[in-house]
Amino acid sequence: MSSAKKETTIVAFCCIYCAYAAADLAGSMRLQYPSNIRILRTPCTGRLEVEYFMKAFEDGADGVIVAGCEEGSCHFKEGNLVAKRRVNYAKKLLAEAGLESDRLRMVNVSAASARKLVDYLKEMAATIEKLGPSPLHTVKQLARQESKS
Amino acid sequence: MIVAERKTIPELIDILQGHKNVLVLGCGTCVTVCLAGGEREVSIIASALRIASRTQNLDFKVSELTIERQCDNIFIEQAAEAIDKSDAVLSLGCGAGVQAIAERYPRKPVYAGLNTKFLGILEERGIWTEKCAACGACVLHEYGGICPVTRCAKHMLNGPCGGSKEDRCEVNPDRPCAWQLIYQRLKSIGQLQKLEQVTMPKNWGPSLSGGPRTIIRDDHRI
Repeated sequence: MSSAKKETTIVAFCCIYCAYAAADLAGSMRLQYPSNIRILRTPCTGRLEVEYFMKAFEDGADGVIVAGCEEGSCHFKEGNLVAKRRVNYAKKLLAEAGLESDRLRMVNVSAASARKLVDYLKEMAATIEKLGPSPLHTVKQLARQESKS
Repeated sequence: MIVAERKTIPELIDILQGHKNVLVLGCGTCVTVCLAGGEREVSIIASALRIASRTQNLDFKVSELTIERQCDNIFIEQAAEAIDKSDAVLSLGCGAGVQAIAERYPRKPVYAGLNTKFLGILEERGIWTEKCAACGACVLHEYGGICPVTRCAKHMLNGPCGGSKEDRCEVNPDRPCAWQLIYQRLKSIGQLQKLEQVTMPKNWGPSLSGGPRTIIRDDHRI
């Protein structure tokens, strides 16, 4: 059994019109963000349903960050506002289920805000490091380790 | 439609105590429309229950299924296999759906995952309001299509109570006074004279006060 510290995974749902472009720009600018961030491109954060966040945690994510356009500048007018309400609902559900609601967060960035996005991603990584690996993941890992031994 | 609201996850965990294999069963009719117990809500609640099971070491498995209508035997049949495989059913149907499933499976524990609230309509996205109390003897034709039994907090049948202020209900100022609405509506359709008739006390016989009600249509029986 390895005693090495478990690498956490943070899923970042990034809107193609802003945060995904900002992440791309961060690369061009040689800005570094934590290596445990897994970026997923979405057509708009308004496309994300509550179950996407729930499934991400169920399938082993330690944190989920939703990055949409700045309020008032959504390409589809109010997709990011819809996403905000869904994220808030999912946070409530996660808390009811016994998972820290801080593991899920929504942020707003523009396509030009590479530095701001990187700061948010670093903040999220720090939050997850403080909270530790998801208890779901730990149970899963333990079960796997037990079945191996 | 029937409007319902989900119970909280801690409430559901408490209800499901002792079971190891739970089927979350959704209904594709009213509760799908009011976003409480359709396929999507089944997926979300099942997911939350699985998360709770793992965070709290409850060790129960959760499976999911949604059928078209839980209050109809023809559709309940489609859930037979999934129900047989589980040791309890958490129904996300309305109260009628839960009881229909329970009656069909006498040896299977069936629990309600929703609180059935009322008969209502979608007022605007995300807001549902009560419109009908299913009193069994409809009086809507006398009140311009606005139900004083449901929408007046005091069920007044002969005019407002006198406590309403600036068209707001005395009991809850967030609500309009039903009698203000009735007056405006009758005025706009030219039937204000209907208010001159005194309505006799309502016959509550056909309501729930006599126990569960049954309708028998011989012309449709086989």
